[in-house]
Amino acid sequence: MKAAVIVFPGSNCDRDMAVAFERAGADVAMVWHKDTSFPSDVDIVGVPGGFSFGDYLRCGAIAAKSPISSSLKAHAERGGYVLGVCNGFQVLTETGLLPGALMRNANLKFICKPVDLTVATAASDFTSGYTKGDVISVPVAHHDGNYNVDDETLSRLRGEDRIAFTYVDNPNGSTADIAGVLSDNRRVLGMMPHPERAVDDNHGGTDGVAMFRSLADGLVSA
Amino acid sequence: MKVRVDVMLKNGVLDPQGEAVRHALGSLGFEGVEGVRQGKVIELDVAEGTDEATIKEMCEKLLANTVIESYAIHMS
Repeated sequence: MKAAVIVFPGSNCDRDMAVAFERAGADVAMVWHKDTSFPSDVDIVGVPGGFSFGDYLRCGAIAAKSPISSSLKAHAERGGYVLGVCNGFQVLTETGLLPGALMRNANLKFICKPVDLTVATAASDFTSGYTKGDVISVPVAHHDGNYNVDDETLSRLRGEDRIAFTYVDNPNGSTADIAGVLSDNRRVLGMMPHPERAVDDNHGGTDGVAMFRSLADGLVSA
Repeated sequence: MKVRVDVMLKNGVLDPQGEAVRHALGSLGFEGVEGVRQGKVIELDVAEGTDEATIKEMCEKLLANTVIESYAIHMS
């Protein structure tokens, strides 16, 4: 598996994401936001958490217009894999690669704690290492994680089995407890919780390992 | 030439910040405030003769997220 992790000014989970990919056996390249292309043969692009461009205007809005973002869209449109976590999820909604938008948490607080997630589908290369209905513990750390989606899109997401994870105890007001969603080709995943912060015993939990491992398995055999 | 763009959350989208402001006004003793919506004002200083269609494009591409926000352009 060949992975690239984008670094925006203000990204702060880029190295954690690189480590998680590396541990799953990937070759990882870090790509600066002003670059206009990814290394050739990249299977998956990671869009990391953080506060790209200081969250100015809207979280992820400026990053979504960075030079690298047109390559990101092109990569996704030709069937490449993309994992967007936290600020990365916000960037993916701002680019239009995923539906909906992330708004200020309903309680207005920055929330930083481990949360329980239900695996809502195992039918993707991101979630095939879990069983549908599994409850896993993954940390969240965000101020704008309140996933907002209209009724029509919500029923489409449900009908197409594109809700990847839901919160057991919704911390931020997200519609239908949604914590992560898949694109229609199931190769783009955006989620607010940080699976890359749950891959080592010293993290306090390793429930994120299965995601990176199943990606490595799925993308090697692809 | 100055142009003002107002960006607001669409009607029907819950505005937690507006709600917090409404509660704060209530606790200051202002009665009868039934709703507060909080938005953004963006002032642009653009070349003379810039047309509204261009400003609209700026709004669609960057200034507003039309999934959740609406915008109003005020050409001066």
